[in-house]
Amino acid sequence: MSSMRIPEFWLACVIKPSVFLASLLPLAWLAWGWSTDGLGANPIEATTRFLGDWALRFLLIALAVTPVRMLTAWNCLARFRRMLGLFAFAYAVLHLLSYIGLDQFFAWATIWAEIVKRTYITIGMLAVLCLIPLALTSTKGMVRRLGGKRWQKLHRLAYVAGVAGVIHFYMMVKADVREPLIYGAILTALFSIRLWNGRTRQVARPSVARKAKRA
Amino acid sequence: MLIGKIAPGGVRNSEITPRSVYLNRRHFMQGTAGAIALAALPASAATNERKKLEGVVKTNFEVSPDESLTKYDSVTGYNNFYEFGFDKDDPKANAGNLRTRPWTVKVDGHVAKPGTVDIDDLIKPHRLEERVYRHRCVEAWSMVVPWVGIPLKDIVERFEPTSSAKYVAFQTLLDPEQMPAQKRSSINWPYVEGLRIDEAVNPLTLMVVGLYGEVLPNQNGAPLRLVAPWKYGFKGIKSIVGIRFVEQLPPTTWNLLQPREYGFYANVNPKVDHPRWSQATERRIGEFRRRDTLMFNGYAEQVASLYAGMDLAENY
Repeated sequence: MSSMRIPEFWLACVIKPSVFLASLLPLAWLAWGWSTDGLGANPIEATTRFLGDWALRFLLIALAVTPVRMLTAWNCLARFRRMLGLFAFAYAVLHLLSYIGLDQFFAWATIWAEIVKRTYITIGMLAVLCLIPLALTSTKGMVRRLGGKRWQKLHRLAYVAGVAGVIHFYMMVKADVREPLIYGAILTALFSIRLWNGRTRQVARPSVARKAKRA
Repeated sequence: MLIGKIAPGGVRNSEITPRSVYLNRRHFMQGTAGAIALAALPASAATNERKKLEGVVKTNFEVSPDESLTKYDSVTGYNNFYEFGFDKDDPKANAGNLRTRPWTVKVDGHVAKPGTVDIDDLIKPHRLEERVYRHRCVEAWSMVVPWVGIPLKDIVERFEPTSSAKYVAFQTLLDPEQMPAQKRSSINWPYVEGLRIDEAVNPLTLMVVGLYGEVLPNQNGAPLRLVAPWKYGFKGIKSIVGIRFVEQLPPTTWNLLQPREYGFYANVNPKVDHPRWSQATERRIGEFRRRDTLMFNGYAEQVASLYAGMDLAENY
């Protein structure tokens, strides 16, 4: 497959803003649900779960960017990676805030006890904690300051967050584990593509390191 | 509804008009719209309609004044009934095709009078009571529901259990055609539950056939379900086809699935957590702030003596 050539204007002024707005759609849906009483009998639980679902989905989408590039050489996809990763972070933080503020109503003692006591919440917290340094170092300036190699090493935490997110979801499900297993399978596939690509082809490694040097 | 109106002269229901014909005729008489709907969707649409129960007697089973009834739409739209899907809105969406008539309940085991009983014959001799109970799910949400039912004790006595009847085991319908999620193997169907005999004959324990003064909607466990309000909701087995009186503690579905998380007793207890979450508080559906969970769901006065001397952390 050959690399797609999309004019810079389209990428910067049309496609990227569209992806940005599309990424806000789950939030718009949620706001619509609250304003129309459309979130069912237990809107607080629905909100927390919905935000958690989208945190995990955006994380997987962001993690898919590089493997898809490896498979297709659509290098322009790299332009969306940071934004998608930041959306994953934003939804994860909102998910956590929903748990703290709506579900537990800021009962800090209980929240702390739950984080320590319930393994699935501990693991969920770990996922959010992993994403914090990634969000903080997502700017071009931080890439430069850290140096490409170190930046890349740090950003492997995204996979730790992904694994933790899937386990967190798997553990909280009562009986129907199909959805978390699907996410787990996607994550495994993405990771396999990276490994396989790294071993056999050595093609098109993410260009952050080189870009950082040039900058 | 026929319930509460016993056919004169001991004529059996089955000898009069078949129930489906009778219902269809009623729908037809309710107007053209009903008739058209019936023509388009034969049996399925009919079962989703709301039907008032007659002869329901209000009892003084009430909750505290600061607790109000959970909205009908929540009671009938937010359900755990895994036979129809694992999401809370699945039962309402998928239970419309459940045929609740004709329906029989097989009663056997250690009883003097075993037999397979038609659901209407099972209900008919009894007075229907409306009881407002708290309903606490093991998932830490709760409702207040005006159930309509018959004390299980009254039903149990008709079959004359022998002294070997130490437990009562219940079974849900097994029919993957009507209960689509039974095609999945994540749970070992059919759903089974059980009570100790003294729990079964406790005055609180109810065999439910309705809610909000109406025939029990399919998604809530029509035509017959168990309600033991001091226990977590999963003990309230739905769409019951079998009642067996046994000597040994019977297997129960959630206990088989996750023995560490779901015990046989499943008594509501704020001090004994589910391994994955606290049971100290609960979200009352329709309310914003959590409420403190009450010991035995607020029914300690009626049931605490059943467990005197038992370690409730051990027997969860």
